[in-house]
Formats: sequence, C-alpha cells, structure tokens
Amino acid sequence: MNAQLTIRINGRPVSVPAGMVLAAAIARAGFRNFHRSPQGHPRGPLCGMGVCMECRVTIDGQKHLRSCTVLCSQGMEVWTDA
Amino acid sequence: MSETFDVVIVGAGIVGAACAAECARASLKVLVLDRGPVGGGTTAAGMGHLVVMDDSDAQFALTSYSRRLWRELIPVLPPDVEYDECGTLWLAADEEEMLEVRRKEQNYTRRGVGVEVLDSDGVADAEPNLRADMAGGLRVLEDAVLYPPCAARYLLDKAKQLGAIVRTGVSVHALLPEGGVTLQDGSTISAGISVNATGPWSPELTTGLPVRKRKGHLVITDRYPDYVHHQIVELGYLKSAHSMGKDSVAFNIQPRKNGQMLLGSSRQFDAEDTRVEQPLLNRMLNRACDYLPSLGALSALRTWTGHRAATPDKLPVIGPSATQPRIWLATGHEGLGITTSLATGRLLTDLLLQRKSEIAPEPYLPARFAATTAKNHECATDNSH
Repeated sequence: MNAQLTIRINGRPVSVPAGMVLAAAIARAGFRNFHRSPQGHPRGPLCGMGVCMECRVTIDGQKHLRSCTVLCSQGMEVWTDA
Repeated sequence: MSETFDVVIVGAGIVGAACAAECARASLKVLVLDRGPVGGGTTAAGMGHLVVMDDSDAQFALTSYSRRLWRELIPVLPPDVEYDECGTLWLAADEEEMLEVRRKEQNYTRRGVGVEVLDSDGVADAEPNLRADMAGGLRVLEDAVLYPPCAARYLLDKAKQLGAIVRTGVSVHALLPEGGVTLQDGSTISAGISVNATGPWSPELTTGLPVRKRKGHLVITDRYPDYVHHQIVELGYLKSAHSMGKDSVAFNIQPRKNGQMLLGSSRQFDAEDTRVEQPLLNRMLNRACDYLPSLGALSALRTWTGHRAATPDKLPVIGPSATQPRIWLATGHEGLGITTSLATGRLLTDLLLQRKSEIAPEPYLPARFAATTAKNHECATDNSH
C-alpha cells in the first residue's frame, strides 16, 4: 500500500496511495460537490457502497460513474460537480 | 350516502382522466374511482410518446386527431407534464425499409401530417450517435413526448375544477347493468352510466372483452443531454413482428427533458407477471446497442415492466357495450393510450351526448366484437353452472 499513483481531479494532479477508492481520493483532495441533482443542488457520497448514486462523477470522459465503486488507477482523469 | 352521478369512470389512468375531463367539460356530474393512485398502472409504466401511426386508416384517424387535441393544450399544460415536441425519427436500416419510409411519407403528406424524408447523411446529421450506415429515415415533425402520470393528474385536476370527484384507493367489484357500480366493500354508487377504463385489467370487470395483457420492458438511463434528439424508432419491427414468435423486441429510445432516456421495447403475450425477464431485456438492449454503438457505456438507473391492453384489431374499444347500454368501455389502447386518450374522451362524450364527432366513431365501437363477447360470456356462464 506504499506505492503512490497520480490521478487528475478537475484538472489538478493528485497523488494517492495505490488501492484507494476514488470517492475517498476525491474527498481527501477537498472536493465536496461530486455531482449536481436535476434541480442543481450539490451532492456527495452518502452510502459508500454503490447504492445511493450520490457520488457519481465523470471518469475518463464517461459520465455518471459511482466513484465509491471504482479504485484509483494511474492517469485517471476525473471531473466532479457535473 | 345517496349520491347520484351521470357518469362513474373506473380507472384513473390517462384514458379515464381524459374521459373525466371531457364529461366534466360537458357539464356532466362525474365520479372517477381507482383502486390505486392516479396514473399508477399502465400510464405510469409507459413512455409517453405522442405519435401518429398508420397501420390502418382508423388508427391514423384516431392518432392524428388526438395528437391535434394534445397540441391545442400546449399553452396550458403545466411544466411537470414535460411536453416536448421532439418529433419521431423512424429509422430505415436498409433499402427495403426505405420503401416503407416512402410509403409512410406519401400517406402522411396526403393527409396533412408534416414529415421529412432523410437520407443516410441526413440521419447521421440528425442523430450522430446512431450507427453510420442507416439507409435513411422519416422525421414526423409534430410528434412529441410527455410525462404521462402528470398528464393524467392535469386532466383530472381540470375535471375536478369543473365539479368532478376523484376517489383513489377504492376497488370496484362490478359494473351494474342499470348504471353505477358496486364497490368491494359492498356499497353501491348509482350513476347513469359506468365507464370501464381499466386498460389491461378491463376484462376483470367486463367478462369476455377481447382485451389481452401485452407485457413490455423499459429502461431509464442517467442524464446524458443531447445524446439523442428525437424519439427514435426502428422501422424493422414492421417486417420482423410476424416472424419472431410471441416475444418480440424493437429499438425505441426517447429523450426526456432532463437528459434521461427511456429505452424500449418488448412485446409479450401470456406473461401476466410484472417481473423483469433478463433474457428478453438483454435482447432488447442488444438491439438498441446495434443502432447506438456507444450506448453500452452509459448508465441505466432502473428497469421495469408494464402491461398494454391489446385488442385483436389494434384499435381501442370506445363506447357503449353492445349488450349493456349503461356499461361503457374506454380501453384496449395497447401502446397508444397516451396519444389517443384525448380523442377517446372526446369520442366517448360525443357518443354519450349524441353530438356529431369530428372523426367517425364506428371503427372503435365495442359492437364490432359483439359476437365474440357474447360467445365468451356464454362459455363463462356455462362454466359457472
């Protein structure tokens, strides 16, 4: 677990331990608004186990993926608050 | 309680709601009953596609008339009905299907329904996410989509403003030959006529009615605004429908105003339960991915099923029962109930008040099935001895 890898969150390089769940990496980097509800309200992780859909982000251009069910991988491009 | 109504409508789906709105507008005293909530059955399960169809002249007359009635409501529909005139794009995958595009073009144009024929490039421009090798398509300009449960609620609100009473959570036991209904709790409500608007469940209240449940699957996706721009339907189902046995699937996708998409469609007889059947769902999704190759990367939120009310001639049943003049029917709309609900309400009220209708009501009268219904009824009676 000592190995580090680099992902980009909203254009910013972030160093994370290998094996870290993406939702945790986003939270640790200080981002609170994972996505927006249809009414435009900010949303963030609630259940942490792939059920509540509130932690959805865009990963490598693919929208609405649940960041709590994805592990960080080297070079991953992540956008929040969509 | 000794209330008396002119009309008691059983079923608060889109068809019952449209009948209630029209009857109330004609100053009739209306009661609407439903065992569930407003628009909670087939109305809640379906897509909400307002579409002109031309499988028969009678189907064309009813769908185009009803779509016009919907368009007249555009200025007053509340935003939650989500009316969106996105048009229908009928897709031709090959030259054989292009012949059908041209036949449809002529038929629609001759009858004053606005359409445009698109060639292969035209389809690619209109819908860049489609497979690039489509032969062409037909765009039906004024077709639209809406959110059916809110549309049903809107129509019932209109009826209520004109004095109608709506009671949900009330189960009807029987429609009475002398008018009115008995409820499951044993009480009776008297009325001039009763209307069976219970869609796929209508044979439970009207024995022998040739309405069969036809199950369909639907999927809703997450929000991907502008992934598709029209309600897109493949023409291929027209030639495959008869050769695919009792279960068939066809590609049909609908954009919602919030960016979500509804994805269909499947058709099954003899499947009364509501469970999602994975093998059929897979066939349906594979069919869709065949047309939209990048669809598989998008997220689906939920899948569910519903039942359409199918009749042997693909036309609804609107008007008085052939044998019980105080029992009326407004059912059997199969996959077109949202489109044809307003025309159904108008025709039913015209017949009731003996007004002249804008389109001929005869093709939809229950009397066309009188022979079959009477025969089935005899069988049912025999069985009960």
